[in-house]
This record gives sequence, C-alpha cells and structure tokens, in this order.
Amino acid sequence: MYIYDQFDRQIINERVAQFRDQTQRYLAGEITDEQFLPLRLQNGLYIQRLAPMLRICIPYGTLNANQLRKLADITRKYDKGYAHFSTRQNIQLNWPKLEEVPDILADLATVEMHANQTSGNCIRNFTADQFSGVAQDEVEDARPWCEILRQWSTFHPEFAFLPRKFKIAICGSKRDRAAVAFHDIGLEIIKDSAGETAFKVFVGGGLGRTPVIGSMIHDCLPKQHVISYLDAILRVYNQLGRRDNKYKARIKILVKAMGAEAFKQKVEEEWQAIKDGPMTLTQDAVDHAFSFFQPPAYEAQDAAAAQSTLDDQRLSEARFAAWLSHNTVAHKQPGYAAVNVSLKETGVAPGDITAEQMEAVAALSEEFGFGEIRSTHEQNLVLPDVRKIDLFALWQKLDALRLASPVIGTLNDIICCPGGDYCALANAKSIPVAEAIQRRFDDLDYLYDLGEIELNISGCMNACGHHHIGHIGILGVDKKGQEFYQISLGGSQSNDAAIGKILGPSFAQDEVPEVISKLLETYVNNRTEEERFLDTYRRIGIEPFKERVYA
Amino acid sequence: MPERIIKDGAIVEDNWQVVRELEGDLPSGNIIVPAQRWLDEKDALQARGNVAVWLASDQSPKILGDAINDFALIAVDFPAFADGRGFSYGRELREQHGFSGDLRAIGNFMRDQLAYLSRCGFNSFALQNSDLEAALQSLQNFSVHYQVSIDNPQPLFRARQG
Ligand code: HEM
Ligand code: SF4
Repeated sequence: MYIYDQFDRQIINERVAQFRDQTQRYLAGEITDEQFLPLRLQNGLYIQRLAPMLRICIPYGTLNANQLRKLADITRKYDKGYAHFSTRQNIQLNWPKLEEVPDILADLATVEMHANQTSGNCIRNFTADQFSGVAQDEVEDARPWCEILRQWSTFHPEFAFLPRKFKIAICGSKRDRAAVAFHDIGLEIIKDSAGETAFKVFVGGGLGRTPVIGSMIHDCLPKQHVISYLDAILRVYNQLGRRDNKYKARIKILVKAMGAEAFKQKVEEEWQAIKDGPMTLTQDAVDHAFSFFQPPAYEAQDAAAAQSTLDDQRLSEARFAAWLSHNTVAHKQPGYAAVNVSLKETGVAPGDITAEQMEAVAALSEEFGFGEIRSTHEQNLVLPDVRKIDLFALWQKLDALRLASPVIGTLNDIICCPGGDYCALANAKSIPVAEAIQRRFDDLDYLYDLGEIELNISGCMNACGHHHIGHIGILGVDKKGQEFYQISLGGSQSNDAAIGKILGPSFAQDEVPEVISKLLETYVNNRTEEERFLDTYRRIGIEPFKERVYA
Repeated sequence: MPERIIKDGAIVEDNWQVVRELEGDLPSGNIIVPAQRWLDEKDALQARGNVAVWLASDQSPKILGDAINDFALIAVDFPAFADGRGFSYGRELREQHGFSGDLRAIGNFMRDQLAYLSRCGFNSFALQNSDLEAALQSLQNFSVHYQVSIDNPQPLFRARQG
C-alpha cells in the first residue's frame, strides 16, 4: 500500500486546518450557504434529507487494518456505529454533525485518510479493480497508476471548479472490472508493441440521466505522458463544457456535441503545448510508485495438498462448498485465493457495515493476510491474500459475523443506492426493494441455477446504483406522486459494455419481486446450457420478456 | 478613486478602474475595458493609452492574439465563483503566452479561491466584500503542492527525487 511521506502528511494536515477555518467562518456567518457549498462538498460533506452525509475517500478501494479500525472508531464516536460502502469504493457516514466534521477529518488524517474531492465539481476518487495486484488476468497493477494520478488530481488548482463532477477509473486486467467505459475518463492499461506500458484512453462515458458509453480517443498513450494528456483533456473540458444547465454539464455531453474526433483534436492541440514539459513522468517516479505495491511476503504453499484439504472440507460442509465456489476468486500466487466479504446479508441494506464488523474484518485481514482490505464497486469487501489452507477457518469466522452470504455474482448480490430512506433527491425507496427481492429468491439452489446475474437499483435517474448497466436494472420513478419502478434489461459494465433497454411501463413496489420472477422464468425457459441471463437476452431480445411480464 | 486590493501578497491601493460597458464614454485614468471593446476600438484605445483588458469567462486569451504581451495588466472576470474557466485562462496566459504583467481576478470569486488562483498565475485580486487582512491568510493555505503550477515549476514527483 502507499505510505505517506512528510509531504503528503503536510498537505493533508494543511487541508484539515483549512476546512476547520472555513467551517468556523461559516458557523460565524462569514461565509454564505452558497459559498460554503463547494467548500464542504470538496471535503465530502453533503446535506441530506435527514442529516449531513460525509463521504470518506478510500483511494482506489485500498485500506489497511488500522484504517478500517479507525473508521469503526469514527462511526461510534461521531455517528451511529455503522457506515455504508458506495459504488465508487468509498464509505459514507449518514449521521455526522456539521460542526464535528473538521474533527472527523483530523481523526482520518492520523491514519492517512481524508474526504478530499469525494463530492463537488472536481476530479473524484480514482477507482480500480478490487483484485489489482492479485488477479490472474492482470496486465499490470493499476494501483501505482492510481496513486500517481491521485497525487496529480489532489488539490489541482485549475480543476476545482469544473462544470460538473469528474470521475476516472483505471483497469489493469483483461476483464474490465472497473467499468472504464462508464467514466468521464477511463484508462485501460495495455502493453505497446515493444512491451512498454501504455494506456487506452476513453472519454465521455457516464450514467445519470443520459447514459453514454465512452469513446476511445487514444489507443496507445505512452505511460510517461499520462499526466499531461489528462491535464489537456481536463483543460478542454473546463473551458468548453456547458455551464448553463447542470444536466448537460458532464463531459459526455461535450464529447457528443463536438464529436469524439473533434474533441480528440482539441485535446491534441492543448497537449502539444505541454507534452514534453515537467509533467512528463520520470522512470524514477514510476518506480517509486510501484515500490509501494510489491507483492507481500507470500509463503511457498504445497498447492496440491491445500487443494485436497479443501476438497475434503467441501464435501463435509455444503455451506462452505457454496461459499467457496461463489465468494472466492483465483489468485496469481499458487496456494492463495482472494476472498469476497459479502455485505449483502438479507435484511441489511446492501453495502452497510457495523463498527463491530469493521473491527472484526480488520482483525481477520491480519490473521488471514497482510492486513489489507479492498472495497468493491459492487459494495462488498475483499481480503486479497488468503492461503487456501486457511479458507475453511476464515469462512467459519465470517459466517459467525454474517459476512459470508454466499451470493457473490448472483441475483442477490444487488448493487443499491441509499434511495428514499436517506437521499433527498430520490423518487422512490430502493433498500426495501432490494430486500424484497432477496427474500423472494432466498433459495440458494435456484439462485445458483440462475448463474451470473447483476441486478442494480437506483432511487432516481442520477443512477448512483448503476441501474443502466445491470443485466437487470431497477429505477425509482415518480408516477403522480407515487413511488414506481421502471425495469430495464441487458445492461453490462464489463468489456461488452451496454446500456439496458427499458422493458415497458413501471410497476408498484409490491409488484417488483413478481416481475423479476417472470423475467427469470423467461430466461430459464429459453436458455441454452451455456448461456447466462445476459446472453439469452442478447440472443432472443426483449420481446419474450415483455410478453411474459405484461401478458 | 483608488481601491484596496490584494497584490503580490500584500494589500495595496490601486487605481485601475474596471469598465463593464461595451460602449459609451470612458472615464479618465487607468482603465480595464472588456476584451471585446478593445478588439472593436483598438486604434482609439491604443492612442488613448493606460488601457488594460478583461476577459469574460467565455473568452479564451487566444482572442487577444499577439497583443497579449503589450498589456501591463490583463484581468479575468469570474461571473460566479463556481465558474472555473478563468483558472485555465490564467495558466494559459502565463505558461503558453509567457504573459508576465499583472494578472488580476475580478468579479465574483471568493477568498477561499485565492490559493488556487495564485497557483494558476494570478497575482492580484480585486476581492469584494471581504476583510482583506483576513483574506491574506487564505493565500497561505498550502505550503506543498503535488502538481506543476505557476508557483511550483517542478511537480512533487520530481522534487521528491531531488
Ligand atoms: C445519499 C446521498 C447521495 C446523493 C445526494 C447523490 C447524488 C448524486 C447525483 C446528483 C448524481 C448525478 C450527478 C450527475 O449526473 O452529474 C450522482 C451520481 C452518482 N452517484 Fe450519487 N448520490 C448519493 C449517494 C451515492 C451513493 C451511496 C453511491 C454509491 C452507492 C453513489 C454513487 C454514485 C455514482 C456511481 C454516480 C455516477 C453516475 C454517473 O456516472 O453519472 N451516490 N449522485
Ligand atoms: S440514485 Fe438518486 S436516490 Fe439514489 S442515491 Fe443517487 S441521487 Fe439518491
């Protein structure tokens, strides 16, 4: 993991002091609400329906045990003893007090954490594959690049008052687990013909009201130019992005209006002026960043013996077998696995975690790994380096903590925004819908038979729950003052990126589980042996689903 | 009438007067006219002398062409503090056009933006409705910076290895 040096520490401490002063001036009436808005947003603070909401940054989803313990502490000291993992790998507190936020930020700074630029019209937290560094299909670890760019974007003086928020994701593996096509900028790490690291650059993707798949504007950007090229993109956007209408202010609208080719041309012009200047990365700087992400001290494992132990355990305990096949992921290192810690226990809002669970996971990360934890955009956690011979023991402990729901990658691994229970912008509640679906489909054999399905729920068209890119998407809509739900099919966040198609008229909340059931039946009746839900949908189209549901 | 502004890190009396109108009589003394007006009335304004220009937030410095370095002062207007286009114009003027005169922020920006503005090349600030003595502190918010900027020619990743 990255470790702060004296410079990083100085910067973060100065930031806390700055926001403490701003908060005091606001409370003393010296700063207006309107002026305070961007200042607090860029320190993670939203004002919500019930209380302020503080979004704490987890840089590219990487945490250590002490940081997770500190988060647990903070939820107890300043909040109600729980928190919520977001779809951008961050964590949110739902009940902090405005006047205590500077203290929370100071507490976070003691463990090299912050809430910088987690909201507001600025460059947000970089997101990456939660399996970076351990994935078998990795081209190159995305984390050092995220760190290099985190530093570039932190308090970038030119880009703190953009037309709209700006989100960047980096994917370092063959299978895209970072949804690069749905970000303002998506970077895909590749190797050029000489074997050197380079980037494919996508711009103008996004969800929200107008979902758009990003356009590729560079197919092989040499690594040393990544900062100057991003600077050029942002400079074009900062000058030309629309500011007259906040719904048309994202870069996707600009790229669409100009055309990707013309946009690219503009970027090239800006880039030429700065390309070979001091922003050019040095090999030393790259090596320095990579030095923090070297493989930990793996022990040589007798992989065959570990496997045969696992096979025995699997046979003797069916619940373990289910967990093993759904919640663990293959690892680069022989004899090791990456483990998903499920935050999708039925009856708990997806992504919610209590202080006790945080502390327990922190301890498990030390007992069964190297004290590292990842957060995922599917709103789960990951223990990245578990010895296979320890999996059974780990499972027993997770199970006792209610963190072993064996549903990763299934229908019940629902991505869900806070919705009407917490969010002032919501058209409808989303958490109760997720729960009703999880209760309806609580038969694991049926869930497993359905295979890989992504179901995503947003409480309004801002799309925090990524409904557009769920294989099944559910969107809360307002129908004459009533909470209704529109369903879409066929979205995908992966390499085959696609935006879901709307099924038809929307449904009342209590109808939703039954509708989902009919969609699943249609799939089961039409699938071939190999097909996932998404594959069948793509082959037969939306009509058979429509017919079944609206018959 | 002289006005108190922040310039080069201190509070000073300043007698540049901002003209907002695109036509009509001009006051005497040092004036900062809309860039558009300067383009329209270039010859007359050059003959008058003591003229600077201000860029509106949708006017790139490029519209001034080769004349950029003839000005002793160029101002950038912030119609609302959330409109951040001027930050890019500042950097462009300094880095790409080599402008070395007085670069001034005018309009509706706020005290809490001074540090970023100054990093983007602004050295004078006609800050409204603020206690200027107190505002000077905001210029000092950060002593270390990650990125290249006008006041920081080496990014931190280079300085770290130095
Ligand atoms: C509860 C307070 C929240 C509020 C007020 C809120 C507000 C918004 C708004 C207004 C947008 C649309 C912005 C735009 O299109 O430019 C948005 C987008 C988004 N939000 Fe939230 N959000 C909240 C919570 C969350 C949570 C908990 C998550 C994660 C589960 C989340 C993840 C996202 C994501 C990923 C997007 C991006 C969609 C895109 O690319 O356009 N938000 N949010
Ligand atoms: S999708 Fe809408 S309801 Fe859900 S969190 Fe975002 S803004 Fe709120």
